[in-house]
Amino acid sequence: MSASAALLRIAIVGNPNSGKTALFNQLTGTRQKVANYAGVTIERKEGHYTAPSGRNVRVLDLPGAYSLTAASPDEEITRDVCYGRYPGEAAPDLIVCVADATNLRLHLRFVLELKRLGRPMVLALNMMDAAARRGIRIDTALLQERLGMPVVETIAVRRGGTAALVERLDREVAPLASIPEEHADLHAEVRALLADTVTAPRRTAAADDAIDRVVLHPVLGLVVLAVVMFLIFQAVFSWAKPVQDAIDAGIATFGTSVGNFLPDGALRSLLVDGVFAGLGAVLVFLPQILILFLFILALEESGYLPRAAFLLDRMMLSAGLTGRSFIPLLSSFACAIPGIMATRSIQDPRDRMTTILVAPLMTCSARLPVYTLLIAAFIPARSVAGVFNLQGILLFTLYIAGIVSALAVAWIAKRLHRDKSEHALLMELPSYRLPHPRDIAIGLYERAMIFLKRVGGIILSLTVLLWFLSSFPAPPPGATEPAIDFSLAGRIGHLLQYIFSPLGFNWQICIALVPGLAAREVAVSSLATVYALSGNEAGLSSIVASQWSLATALSLLVWYVYAPMCISTLATIRRETNSWRQVWITAGYLFGLAYVASLLTYQIARMLS
Amino acid sequence: MRLSELAKGATAVIQEVEDANMNDPISRRLRELGFVRGEPVRIVAQGPLGGDPLLVQIGFTRFALRKAEAARVRVVLEEIA
Repeated sequence: MSASAALLRIAIVGNPNSGKTALFNQLTGTRQKVANYAGVTIERKEGHYTAPSGRNVRVLDLPGAYSLTAASPDEEITRDVCYGRYPGEAAPDLIVCVADATNLRLHLRFVLELKRLGRPMVLALNMMDAAARRGIRIDTALLQERLGMPVVETIAVRRGGTAALVERLDREVAPLASIPEEHADLHAEVRALLADTVTAPRRTAAADDAIDRVVLHPVLGLVVLAVVMFLIFQAVFSWAKPVQDAIDAGIATFGTSVGNFLPDGALRSLLVDGVFAGLGAVLVFLPQILILFLFILALEESGYLPRAAFLLDRMMLSAGLTGRSFIPLLSSFACAIPGIMATRSIQDPRDRMTTILVAPLMTCSARLPVYTLLIAAFIPARSVAGVFNLQGILLFTLYIAGIVSALAVAWIAKRLHRDKSEHALLMELPSYRLPHPRDIAIGLYERAMIFLKRVGGIILSLTVLLWFLSSFPAPPPGATEPAIDFSLAGRIGHLLQYIFSPLGFNWQICIALVPGLAAREVAVSSLATVYALSGNEAGLSSIVASQWSLATALSLLVWYVYAPMCISTLATIRRETNSWRQVWITAGYLFGLAYVASLLTYQIARMLS
Repeated sequence: MRLSELAKGATAVIQEVEDANMNDPISRRLRELGFVRGEPVRIVAQGPLGGDPLLVQIGFTRFALRKAEAARVRVVLEEIA
């Protein structure tokens, strides 16, 4: 094989916030694929490009690291790949170390540490534009001579900003002399290098100082945070809702029109009520996921996200969480699925698991149809103290119950956890920068693919399974009861009544609980089906109001605050934690909480009435 | 004095990072991040609740440290140093 045709495998290594991923995106564009490292849930990003010589270059974007002495699972991967001892991952032919030209005091230490590996290596001095703006001048030629490795200037966010790097990588890079591990004073070496090669007029950007004075202010900062969160929520609900409705309607229409070509029967029902309904159940999450992550990625890229974590860390820490848990938990109010996916920004595994554990307790938007149905049917729209509405107060109480329970569960989890060691915050607040549209677009595409490929399959197959349970066996001819009553789901519902009668649930509710597993809001339509086909043509709200007791309604409301009634969430937990154990723990504690809380509610409400 | 006791806006010079326990990974990481003898540090901001965490400026970088983490860093005020 000729030298030009041989594959070159490079690994991009660097400190967090060095613009590593932007550089990776600039090099590979859309020719990248995201997977997980074997057995863990840390993202493995690989892409490729063709060098000017025609040589194919495979690029691995390693997780950001401050040091080869790993302090998190992300850093362990970077360390092991750099040492060439990660199972199933060949050592890279060449290490491209990325350093932020405006922050060389921190980043050069890692460069020196990597240099000691003795592998062929190139240093990319990134963000040269920001350095020039701040009057930082770097003698690149001298730095190259002193480091003994090629040093190339890059601007990863500018078109053509990596041309020099691409050109340099196309030529031969000699391996460095391996330096045996010793207790050298790397900081002293960095200071000497900086003194000789860099002139910097001031230490931080004036703009950062000005923004931080407002954004990190004890009062103003919290106001800014509240406004940002409010805007995100407005956007999620006002932008996503019409798209979700359109997806729902579109899939239903498409399913029906496909179904029209088939004879009435099991196959048609499977397609329309099973496959297409499942497809709809998957796709309907996409708008919320995309909009939420549009904001989360923009906030992350701009440097605001760690600031939000800074403001809230103390509050979250007292509950056994971390400042970084805030955004995932907040997202879970829209839907636990993007919320759990967003926990990837929490590097510490213990903090991440606790956040995932309590995320389903945040009242997601899918619970609202159940809440509004029951509240409208049972609670009079009376005003309290002149300004408050009784229905509103109850809805608010349900939300608060979820939040308080989440804090309590996190607090208990912290006490039960075997690992009681101190986990550090130690978080860098990077310089503010304008998010680059390309990096956000690539990030959004990745999130969408992760959801569709890894979670979509599970949701689709479970929806089809639930269709099967709800449709078979078919009712005997001439039966007047609803078809679901004869099905396996109906039988399960009747059996469930033995378990749920202490909570005040009747058999109709128990049946609706089964298909309600697919998505919480399906419980409402299932209830409608059960009652409609029983010959009740009046509206569901009035049926419920006339046939259920208040105690039953309250009990069902409380059930929905806790119940693990969403297989999509459980499927996401399985994918994001790579552990069935975590799924069972989550489902188990939620079920336990739901049962006990509903039991108490029903029994107390019955005693009082 | 300790970095955790430094007032907002005050500048100090690092003396040493102490290990809270044997092979303290947090202290080691602090040293790797540049918290070493002779480096000047400044408290840029404090969290809204109980002044925790602290935002520490060191070199070109800003790190958020909880007070328990900052307490590992012994410093002297700049005038004295």
